[in-house]
Amino acid sequence: MSEMNQMPASADRRRFIGAASVTVAGLTIAPGVMLYEVAHGKAEADAVTSKVRWGMLVDSTKCATGCDDCVTACSTENGWEPVAESKHPTQAPQWIRKLELQDPLTQVTTNLPMMCQHCAEPPCVDVCPTGASFKRADGIVLVDRHICIGCRYCMMACPYKARSLVHEPLNDTQKPDVPRGVGCVESCTFCVQKVDRGDGTTACVEACTAAGHNALLFGDMNDPESEIAKQLRAMPTKQVRADLNLNLGVRYHGI
Amino acid sequence: MRHRLGRLFLLLSALFAFIGFTPVYAGAPKAVIEEPVKGERCVEDEDYMRRNHMELLKHHRDETVHAGVRTKKYSLKECINCHAGKQTGSVTAAKENFCVSCHSYAAVKIDCFDCHSSKPQASAMKHPLTAEGAHLNHQMATQRGGNVSVQDLAGVAK
Repeated sequence: MSEMNQMPASADRRRFIGAASVTVAGLTIAPGVMLYEVAHGKAEADAVTSKVRWGMLVDSTKCATGCDDCVTACSTENGWEPVAESKHPTQAPQWIRKLELQDPLTQVTTNLPMMCQHCAEPPCVDVCPTGASFKRADGIVLVDRHICIGCRYCMMACPYKARSLVHEPLNDTQKPDVPRGVGCVESCTFCVQKVDRGDGTTACVEACTAAGHNALLFGDMNDPESEIAKQLRAMPTKQVRADLNLNLGVRYHGI
Repeated sequence: MRHRLGRLFLLLSALFAFIGFTPVYAGAPKAVIEEPVKGERCVEDEDYMRRNHMELLKHHRDETVHAGVRTKKYSLKECINCHAGKQTGSVTAAKENFCVSCHSYAAVKIDCFDCHSSKPQASAMKHPLTAEGAHLNHQMATQRGGNVSVQDLAGVAK
């Protein structure tokens, strides 16, 4: 494993990672061993680089009405209380939410999950007075809770209402991999703990795939051979509020 | 005068020795330091860690949050994995637990555990059927020397 990790991540190798990661479930054991090793993409000690840009493709035509498996999976993975169970649902943290939109003219309904869009030019980072809100080199927008003062400027600035403030102490209910705390703003992290572990996917995508909907796809948008890049080339997609020129990391098909 | 005091002291000591009681000079109370549950030695020498653990943690936290560096050495999660108390399974739940006992002795308030879990990842290890557990088992298997069981892999593929 250590030899593998020390190899420089060449373009060829990354291409293989991209191709391999979408066929994880179907692989036999022998290549499976190999797969786990390279799927890390980077060694534990390596810093993330801008060679990778993580992104998500939402196919809203496949997103099922009434299904909120992605929301449940996110809540389970990251340890935030489901909004329905919260004592204060209007201010409960919500990293991802399901929306059902209806066109008032045609009555056509569209389902889609809405969460942090991981902008290349994130307004939340622009307005943060302390530098707590930041974009990682690989495109994931995060909050450094060590620096966050809970002023909520970022919540105001976000066009997607993607961020929440934790209003109440969590009393050691956090997951070891996902620190969260009262007085800090938080939002979707693209399951950064899973990405850094080399899973190459997020909890919501896993849940959507497991439910057989396949409406969500996660991957490296910078790698032309990755499944997400191929899909983005193959079908028309939109960015929500594209007029803001934020270059989003989450793209929607069918809206 | 001094002579008399000395004699009094001797007399008192003899008296205490006689009734099986030795006087304890109540100085500063010592912090109770719990032995780590696992792990033979810390990542650095004890005296170094006592003085500098906060610097190591702070440096590592910035590397982790901003650059995605997830090395185990100096990681808070790994501290907790070894130092969580036997009874409570936490580094902060009881007053004799590792972090709390020293920090209350030194009167230094820490807010690490306002956000971070004070418990190790043990629950994930116990359930190989979860992806998390499967990954940990797999990682451990590869570190042991590359003997990966079919079950481990099945878990990872899941």
